[in-house]
Amino acid sequence: MKISYNWIKEYLDLDVKPADLAEKIERTSVEVDDVVKPSDGLKKIVVGHVLSIEMHPDSDHLHICQVDVGEDDPLQIVCGAPNIDKGQKVIVALPGSRIAGNVKIKKSKMRGVPSAGMICALQEIGFSDDVVPKDYADGIYVLPADATPGDDVYDYLGMNDSLIDLDVTPNRGDMLSLNGTLHDLAAIYDRPVTLDQVDLKEAGQAIEDQLAVHVDADLAPQYRMRLVKQVKLAPSPMWLQIRLWNAGYRPINNVVDITNYIMLKYGQPLHAFDYDKFAGQDVYVRTAKAGEKLTTLDEGEHDLDPQDIVIADDKAPIALAGVMGGLSTAISDETVTVAIESAVFEHDHIRKAAQRHHLHTDASQRFERGVNQAGVQEALDAAAQMMNELAAGEVQTGAVVGSANIPDPAVITITLGHINAVLGTDLDLAKVTHILESLGFDVASKGETLTVTVPVRRNDIHIPADLLEEIARIYGYDELPTTLLTGRMTMGTLTSAQKLMRATRHSLEGLGLNQAISYALTTEDKAKMFLMQDSETTQLAWPMSVDHAFLRMNVVTGLLDDIAYNSARKVKDVALYEQGRVFYRENGTDRPSEQEHIAGAITGTLMPAGWNQPAQEVDFYQIKGIVEAYLKDMAVNGDVTYEANTDMPEMHPGRTADILVHGHRIGFMGQVHPTIAKQFKIGATYVFELNLQAIIDMPKQENQYDVISRYPAITRDIAMLVADDVTNEQIVALIEKRGGAFLQSVKLFDVYDGVKVPKGKKSLAYTLTYQDKNETLVDDAVTQAFEKVEKRLQDDLGAEIR
Amino acid sequence: MSLKDKLSELRQRGLTEIQKSSDLKDVNQVRVSLLGKKGPITEVLRGMRDLDAEERPKVGAFANEIRDDLTAALTKRREELENAVLNARLANEKIDVTLPGTPVAKGEPHVIQQIIDQIEDLFLGMGYQVLSGPEVEEDKYNFEMMNLPKNHPARDMQDTFYITKEILMRTQTSPMQARTLEKHDFSQGPLKMISPGVVYRRDTDDPTHSHQFHQVEGLVIDKHVTMADLKGTLQVLAHELFGDKFDVRLRPSYFPFTEPSVEADITCFNCGGKGCSVCKNTGWIEVLGAGMVHPNVLKMAGVDPDVYGGFAFGVGPDRFAMLKYGVDDIRNFYLNDVRFLTQFTKKG
Ligand SMILES: [Zn+2]
Repeated sequence: MKISYNWIKEYLDLDVKPADLAEKIERTSVEVDDVVKPSDGLKKIVVGHVLSIEMHPDSDHLHICQVDVGEDDPLQIVCGAPNIDKGQKVIVALPGSRIAGNVKIKKSKMRGVPSAGMICALQEIGFSDDVVPKDYADGIYVLPADATPGDDVYDYLGMNDSLIDLDVTPNRGDMLSLNGTLHDLAAIYDRPVTLDQVDLKEAGQAIEDQLAVHVDADLAPQYRMRLVKQVKLAPSPMWLQIRLWNAGYRPINNVVDITNYIMLKYGQPLHAFDYDKFAGQDVYVRTAKAGEKLTTLDEGEHDLDPQDIVIADDKAPIALAGVMGGLSTAISDETVTVAIESAVFEHDHIRKAAQRHHLHTDASQRFERGVNQAGVQEALDAAAQMMNELAAGEVQTGAVVGSANIPDPAVITITLGHINAVLGTDLDLAKVTHILESLGFDVASKGETLTVTVPVRRNDIHIPADLLEEIARIYGYDELPTTLLTGRMTMGTLTSAQKLMRATRHSLEGLGLNQAISYALTTEDKAKMFLMQDSETTQLAWPMSVDHAFLRMNVVTGLLDDIAYNSARKVKDVALYEQGRVFYRENGTDRPSEQEHIAGAITGTLMPAGWNQPAQEVDFYQIKGIVEAYLKDMAVNGDVTYEANTDMPEMHPGRTADILVHGHRIGFMGQVHPTIAKQFKIGATYVFELNLQAIIDMPKQENQYDVISRYPAITRDIAMLVADDVTNEQIVALIEKRGGAFLQSVKLFDVYDGVKVPKGKKSLAYTLTYQDKNETLVDDAVTQAFEKVEKRLQDDLGAEIR
Repeated sequence: MSLKDKLSELRQRGLTEIQKSSDLKDVNQVRVSLLGKKGPITEVLRGMRDLDAEERPKVGAFANEIRDDLTAALTKRREELENAVLNARLANEKIDVTLPGTPVAKGEPHVIQQIIDQIEDLFLGMGYQVLSGPEVEEDKYNFEMMNLPKNHPARDMQDTFYITKEILMRTQTSPMQARTLEKHDFSQGPLKMISPGVVYRRDTDDPTHSHQFHQVEGLVIDKHVTMADLKGTLQVLAHELFGDKFDVRLRPSYFPFTEPSVEADITCFNCGGKGCSVCKNTGWIEVLGAGMVHPNVLKMAGVDPDVYGGFAFGVGPDRFAMLKYGVDDIRNFYLNDVRFLTQFTKKG
């Protein structure tokens, strides 16, 4: 809501600049979006008097005008506006002036005729299209006849005012009005404020004889109407138009303008009906009936919902209550009798109706947040009074009241001790009482207990905590002390799972992978890829886009998306890991279970190429090295083994392994299937994904000291030819099992399957290291053990020792 | 010529030869020729048999002295020559030390992770627990127990990804507060926790909006927790994350789950508080929301609001990172361009 600085000053004696006032409001009440002075940035824009006009000889729409701008000689200005006329007072941008958008106006020629300046439309000096009166929407603006040529136009148009745009939080509906803002400012600046009193002159018949209202008080706790006859529709006086356009409303005519003005001033939305268009003399406030339709003021057609509150006459709905009036009973040029409605509608219905019909109006916004329920009649009376004063209307005697349920003011008890205990302050009773009273609250104190009666207009205050906020903000948050917690000691430690997750990240970073954070919401297709266990998909009910519609069931696809993003930007070497959740859902349940996963993906080279180090494309064994090193870091108890997996549809059938700990599969690794890589538009990529939760839950080895033997080790190398399908794992397992008591380690040092070995065979070579912790090993003992191993390799695996 | 004179002359000749030797081989030859079994000293000593008993030990001592001198001179000469050889080799081994070092593979933590870790470490140090909850939440914990009943107008403020009517992607990490409050045994001590994690909002991704981002929410509940403590805690947080020069100020705000509710601003990064376009000339930048926990939130979790109370706050690591490093597009955090990820590596 844009609130006028000048308007505020009419009621409050403030000696502060607009920017300072805005700052104070922001620090004490609600956020301020900006402060705008409409004349800022404009220069040399003055009142002109059109002395004469003649048609341009070479144009069918341009006029050559002689304009008195308060100087000795009139200016000749060429003007193309259709509504230019002799005798008008107009807005003139002089040569050398600056209009909206920082545009400079210079002397020029228009089709050969010299033109010294420009006659302006309101839009040209910064008015929004939304607020320009319809008569001047497509032409120049005509100023009041008494404007003095040569004067700056700004004051005539209210442009020297400052407009403070409040971003009112949902709880502070009271701040959506001048009066509510004045109450808050009165407390902030500790000044008294006197609001206008209504002085209504009634005449004519009793309203009861002309109008009856039938109200469901659950839908409209208050519903009041007045009738004003013989109104003379006309443009509003200038001061009223200025108030409206400065607040962002287009002046329409005096009757409609008055309803908007009263809403701005009191916060009470009003509606003006053309009474003569009612079918009958009865008005009903009810829910819509099945099949009912309504065309609203904006000419929108709405199929009404049985939950919509409508205002209806004997025949049909005539307004969508609290949201927008109907077209059939709208104020028009022919209107002579106005029925003014001032009401309170149940906010939940209004909120839903506004959503349902996509009509978020200023009225609905105020009803949703709650209006001042103690001021409904006053606003109605004030509007009637203005229609009498500004439209010569005859206010009929009395108001019809269909419902009048005004809530009781909230009465809240709070102690001084509680206030200071929560705020951390040392306020005394007088100070607290003064703050609350300055807000217009009644305070009765007994000892240190305060009984506070809160005016109905502050519908956000119900409990002691609400009062604490009022006291804190008016006292000033800057005045609060700055302390740290005292009280009982607590331990701040990470859980073992959290520690392991941190260790995971550090380990993988140490191994050369950058941490990525990808989107967990993805496409259906990607959600289902690289599945490590059976699961149903989980889908958002109303996604924003198909790209983010399903919950991921793998982490790898997010990393592949990242690689694709890099690759499209010519970043070819990418090594990423991500730690995050996947979402598995069982059939028949709504809510998926969440599992922590860790995944990695590498494309291009991991080790950056250098002048002394050639680029080495990532391969299976590099990613395996990372997985091995990571799992070694995590120290899970039990053997880690790798088994070829030829069945994962997204993975290369010959270059994929399951990762098992103690025989349980915890993940997979290998090369992404070339078809999938193509689908992602990426090159050869190696990935792994592990169930991190499983790793967290597994028993771990602990660090322990192992004496380093003082006795020398003996090594023996063994090279053998074996069939292609014999795996390294089989050979190592056999050597370890049969290697004897002194075998310390088995290390593969060569693999060869080139031309020098027979087809279907491969050559493997290992170094076996023997050591005795207690004495120097004898060569014979080693030879014996070594020969035993050789024999078993020949017998069990058909190895041909070389 | 007496033996003694012979020996003196021998020494003189020897030293000259040693000095003249030009490589290690020469030195060795000189050593053999002077001190070998067939060398002149041995020969002289052999002649001692002819001396009388009185002279013999004197000449013997003198001969030994000369042998030691020559040995020392030989050693010295050898070392000199060895050094010369070594130096020549080293001179030959000279490399261009300005060539770049051999590249190593090195990974970096994500910038958002760095900020979360920093916040976690700060609060761990102040005795808080770190708790993370489910990302797919029940409406009950995400909204209702946060004092946001089904028809609450503030629900429109947070556009939510629903899965079913009751199941949704959490829009905040505060559901974990409700879950923890329900279970916490206050007889064992106060509740001090932060809950970091990913949250989701039904937004269209653009430079300032992301449908996925991060939050760290904090909660303290005890018997005597004040708003001044909240102010102090937020100040510590600002100092830790941004530096001691940054001030914190509070402004009134509205959140259904706190009362009073505040927004916290910190000194503008760009202008240091003087006022600039980044801070709309206020000198301050809004960084987080906070407040004193609403009694309804406590009540709903079965905690007596007449006895216990405290504060809550919520910070956005994404926003912090954007402010701290001037990142102009939030989508950078989730697209994982390596050139972006590796910018935040300074640890010193
Ligand atoms: Zn600034």
